[in-house]
Amino acid sequence: MSILINRNTKVITQGITGKTGQFHTRMSRDYANGRNCFVAGVNPKKAGEDFEGIPIFASVKEAKAKTGATVSVIYVPPPGAAGAIWEAVEAGLDLVICITEGIPVRDMIELRDRMRCQAARTLLIGPNCPGLITPDEIKIGIMPGHIHRKGRIGVVSRSGTLTYEAVWQLSELGYGQSSAVGIGGDPVNGLKHIDVMKLFNDDPGTEAVVMIGEIGGADEETAAHWVKENMRKPVVGFIAGVTAPPGKRMGHAGAIISGGKGTAQEKLAVMEACGIKVTRNPAEMGKLVKSVL
Amino acid sequence: MKIHEYQAKEILRKYGVPTPRGVPCFSVDEAVQAARELGGPVWVVKAQIHAGGRGKGGGVKLARSVEEVKELASKILGMRLVTHQTGPEGQKVRRLLIEEGADIKKEYYLGMVVDRQTQRVCLMASPEGGVDIEEVAAKHPEKIHKVFIDPATGLKDAEADGVARKLGLVETSVPEARALLQELYRAFWETDASLAEINPLIVTGAGRVVALDAKMNFDDSALFRHPEIVAMRDLDEEDPAEVEASKYDLSYIQLEGDIGCLVNGAGLAMATMDIIKFYGGRPANFLDVGGGATTEKVTEAFKIMLRNPSLKAILVNIFGGIMKCDVIATALVAAARVVSLRVPLVVRLEGTNVELGKRILGESGLPIISAANMADAAQKVVAAAKAKS
Repeated sequence: MSILINRNTKVITQGITGKTGQFHTRMSRDYANGRNCFVAGVNPKKAGEDFEGIPIFASVKEAKAKTGATVSVIYVPPPGAAGAIWEAVEAGLDLVICITEGIPVRDMIELRDRMRCQAARTLLIGPNCPGLITPDEIKIGIMPGHIHRKGRIGVVSRSGTLTYEAVWQLSELGYGQSSAVGIGGDPVNGLKHIDVMKLFNDDPGTEAVVMIGEIGGADEETAAHWVKENMRKPVVGFIAGVTAPPGKRMGHAGAIISGGKGTAQEKLAVMEACGIKVTRNPAEMGKLVKSVL
Repeated sequence: MKIHEYQAKEILRKYGVPTPRGVPCFSVDEAVQAARELGGPVWVVKAQIHAGGRGKGGGVKLARSVEEVKELASKILGMRLVTHQTGPEGQKVRRLLIEEGADIKKEYYLGMVVDRQTQRVCLMASPEGGVDIEEVAAKHPEKIHKVFIDPATGLKDAEADGVARKLGLVETSVPEARALLQELYRAFWETDASLAEINPLIVTGAGRVVALDAKMNFDDSALFRHPEIVAMRDLDEEDPAEVEASKYDLSYIQLEGDIGCLVNGAGLAMATMDIIKFYGGRPANFLDVGGGATTEKVTEAFKIMLRNPSLKAILVNIFGGIMKCDVIATALVAAARVVSLRVPLVVRLEGTNVELGKRILGESGLPIISAANMADAAQKVVAAAKAKS
């Protein structure tokens, strides 16, 4: 089992004609059942053409109507990315995964407000995220597929390579993953730790969850409080940035300690108080899972 | 991106926010000239640096004559102003703002930030103005009034009036305060600001509402649509190493330790700093080389780290996903040859083509210490740094 996506998911790629979009569409198509999953691309100027056999449509709406796709992945450059997400929301897709890094925060505030006002059913993952994967079934995004193994551990994280590190540690120890989700490093985004945690809680194929966070905001704390009251499965965690100085943006737009809030120490303390087993050693994320199973 | 107070006031004025009349100056002569133009009887000489706490540090002074403006300007221009935000070495003052004096009856605090929880702009207002707002937030959170602004409507009249009344403004000043709050929000929204602070906002003896100070930061991701704000960037106020790094699309932040780190990805870069500390070392920097670590980028990254006189060892931690380990290894070897490393280099590679990558490092003949995983790498680099000191 898995969350959000599986081998039967049909995916539209928005931004399929750009260099990044092409590269990652190819990689995703070549992973597991990808050849049957990646069914459409969108570019109004190239409608009617195809990318290595994947048909290109003028709009998400048309791509959905012609192929039955329910999910889209976005590689559109920052100035047009929020508009691309909105197009997918208006087309009524179930899930949109936005990989694009560097979308203006104001665009995201407007977009999220419109999604709320219209009570949109579409779920958004990202932006500025690696995407998500259900090992041996489907990979939507930029993560290296081969480090993953099919299994029963859920992974949710704000980071890209740090997620790969955690997944690699799990796979090395023989623990496969049900799904691994990168929710992204931006301050205003779609699904948060708590939302993904709820999905893992309801997924019979997930036995335990690794939650990886970083400095900035309070999403990890919110998720931890929910876990304490509702989670039926063990959760372990790591927070990056114990050594990060306050007031400095650590790479990700959202990774900043401001006004003394959002420190790693604070997050780790709340997580521990909520029964989440944490480590301060990022080399031991995998071992931590072993200790709770 | 940060800007100076006088630049923030220029922006706010364009949106209609009342501010004192003032002139930015780069020399003592200009300051004297400005004082004459503004006219007396009282002037304020304000050091323009990006850090906060300028008043407490002695960078904001009152002058009662043009002579005194001259005296203060000569003293403040060129001084190293130390505040709680500059660090002990302080920040050199290169610009001044000469302003007319204001008749302050009462001081207030106004702030705007993006609230991540509600995904809206949050207006914060407090009757405790002119003081450190973080202290107020910690001791008297009930004195901070918040409005989460609907992006579709902007700050509504009733919301603005409500804030003004909660601050305790007299009824006759409420319409002016409403206008100011709405103008501040428009300025924040339209310029893609990430922070706006007016501390203090004042009410004058005549009941006027005026922004006596102003601070604005902007969303780096939105600068592409604001060339007028990019033009306000003052590189003198930024860490030269960070500026240099940004030219090569490297995300670099200098820290106080002695172990340099070069990592791909922001989360893994932070985790690498953390694990160095976990094993008893001190990271010298945060450095994310991003997704496409070319020989040029890695070379520049090494050069920037090596400029740090405290540096005793370097840890390279790469999780090669899309970026293959052999490509990284080739870039590392080429870069290490160019920069003549004076400190031990520990490398941990994992991911796609890792065996090939390790072979390239091994066959390079360079004194690279290879590590099997993150823990091994951290322990080795901490030991190497200790051996050096």
